[in-house]
Amino acid sequence: MADPIANVLSLVGIRKSYGSGEMESEVLHGLDLTLRAGEFAALIGPSGSGKSTLLNLIGLLDRPTGGQLDIDGQATVGLDDTGLTRLRGERIGFVFQHHHLIPAFSAQENVAMPLLVARGRPDAEMFERAGRLLEQVGLGDRRHHLANRLSGGQQQRVAIARALITDPPLVLADEPTGNLDTQSADRVFDLLRDFNQRQRTTFLIVTHDPRLAARCDRIIELVDGRIVADQAVSRA
Amino acid sequence: MHPWLPFEWIAAIRFLREGRMQSLLIIVGVGVGVAVIVFMSALLSGLQGNLIKRTLSSQPHLTLLPPEEIARPQQPTGQTALRLQKQAQRLRAIDQWQALRERLAGWPEIAAISPSASGPAFAIRGDARKAISVVGIEPERYTQVIALDERLTSGQLRVGAGEAVIGIDLAKDLGAEVGDKLRLATADGRDETLTITGLFDLGNKGVNARNVYVGLRTAQSLLDLVGGVSSIDLALHDLDLAEKLAQRIAAETGLTADSWIKTNAQFVTALSSQRVSSNVIRFFIALSVAFGIASVLVVSVIQRSKEIGILRAMGATQAQMRRIFLLQGAIVGFFGSLLGSLLAAGFLMLWQLMARNPDGTPMFVIGLEPGLVALAAGGASLVGILAALLPARRAAKLDPVVAIRG
Repeated sequence: MADPIANVLSLVGIRKSYGSGEMESEVLHGLDLTLRAGEFAALIGPSGSGKSTLLNLIGLLDRPTGGQLDIDGQATVGLDDTGLTRLRGERIGFVFQHHHLIPAFSAQENVAMPLLVARGRPDAEMFERAGRLLEQVGLGDRRHHLANRLSGGQQQRVAIARALITDPPLVLADEPTGNLDTQSADRVFDLLRDFNQRQRTTFLIVTHDPRLAARCDRIIELVDGRIVADQAVSRA
Repeated sequence: MHPWLPFEWIAAIRFLREGRMQSLLIIVGVGVGVAVIVFMSALLSGLQGNLIKRTLSSQPHLTLLPPEEIARPQQPTGQTALRLQKQAQRLRAIDQWQALRERLAGWPEIAAISPSASGPAFAIRGDARKAISVVGIEPERYTQVIALDERLTSGQLRVGAGEAVIGIDLAKDLGAEVGDKLRLATADGRDETLTITGLFDLGNKGVNARNVYVGLRTAQSLLDLVGGVSSIDLALHDLDLAEKLAQRIAAETGLTADSWIKTNAQFVTALSSQRVSSNVIRFFIALSVAFGIASVLVVSVIQRSKEIGILRAMGATQAQMRRIFLLQGAIVGFFGSLLGSLLAAGFLMLWQLMARNPDGTPMFVIGLEPGLVALAAGGASLVGILAALLPARRAAKLDPVVAIRG
């Protein structure tokens, strides 16, 4: 942990509160957290503990009220919306619970979307990459299907491919298997694990499922806006 | 996906295509609005152009006359005149008219210059006597100002020595035809016998019964204006500048300059108030088209808030989101205007069929000019962009956290 560059994510004293004046309520009370390159961590905790809020902050979709947040060695406090958006597009991949594909586009176009948004124009290379990723998630034959023609599990696999197309150092997954049956859930989880091991991509996975959490390398537990436990998973 | 299209265009087109019914309805709505605007514009410009053309067929755009003679009391007598009698205006020549003509010939606004000598006389044939205006012209110049040669009903436009061209109504009054003789006499006793070489119909009964065109020299000797002209008629390249130019010429030369706008003041006022009222109507149609586009896009932003949130999470900037919705407004406006122009062309054809003179000929010809269609397309696209400003702003400002959760 001595070399800050090796930290894909570093939080120091992160606070988040909503409202103002007497109505102000603090949801996160000064969190410290570091993720190193290649880590595969689960974030668990009861509903209302602040998991989603924390994930939105790390994903640069929201700004902390206080504290320092560095992504891939780059400080984010003080960046304007465009700066945050660019950093988000380059360094962070998202997998949401509800698939969140764009129905007007095909599977392949959805996967290529982060590159399309960043480059401003489509090109052959991005679709080639998207096609390769779709093959890796087992959907090579569905690349031209519109997103809403795919099953839930298929959509989630497309979403994973999309999260990985920019080769981000950090992927955030919010209950990626929450809406899926057990079989699909296992398949999706295996995919995440696979990418983690092959490309040393760092994953932070929010989950309710203790079975999935147990298959991660590290479990971070959040209760009432505080980290109450943070330990490596020991495998027998 | 088209490799040459930027991301914002692709997203805008996909969104419109996905919301098929909504997009179609609003494009038809824009189309109807544009059709009414285009139809009204074409109709109005056809109508007004026709009216102006008819009015100016027997009038020059601008006429220069000698300055008015004003009675000036002698200075100072110590006695104040109780009443200043206005001087009667006698027929006079324009001072140094050849030099003036040379000078005006260099003005770029002026298309043609025609000097004429005109004054009152009687046309006498047998027992018939008619008060007329003798107009002495140089035909090759005069026809550039008033297309007299195109308005001949018989004979030809020839006004050499001893020749005259008269209107059809005067010919009827005198019972004369081409080839007959006609005597012109002025109040102070000069007279001249002329042969009628042509009959004209300028579409104005007063003019047809009054004007007798003769050669400039004939008129000069009849009216005792030897070597002089009593007025200079001008044709301009731009009709609308007539009054401005008249004031400039009057200021520079000291002559009286009457533009067609001034001599037909009521007519011009009627035309311009017609234009104003049609502009007001067109403005409100454009406004309601804009509100239609805006309301559809506002709904679309709400419907797509989740997709907007995803795109933002994928790294799309606020500016990109804004452009996606501005483009949707522009595209709806553009295609609406194309549809509207087609509809307008249909209305116009129908109108041409319905609006006929009693004899079955079309009342006047109006066409759909490409310029008007291009203007409508550009205007509607612009209105679409303006209408999309507010929805686009909302899309850009949407909080991605809220959007994704929703």
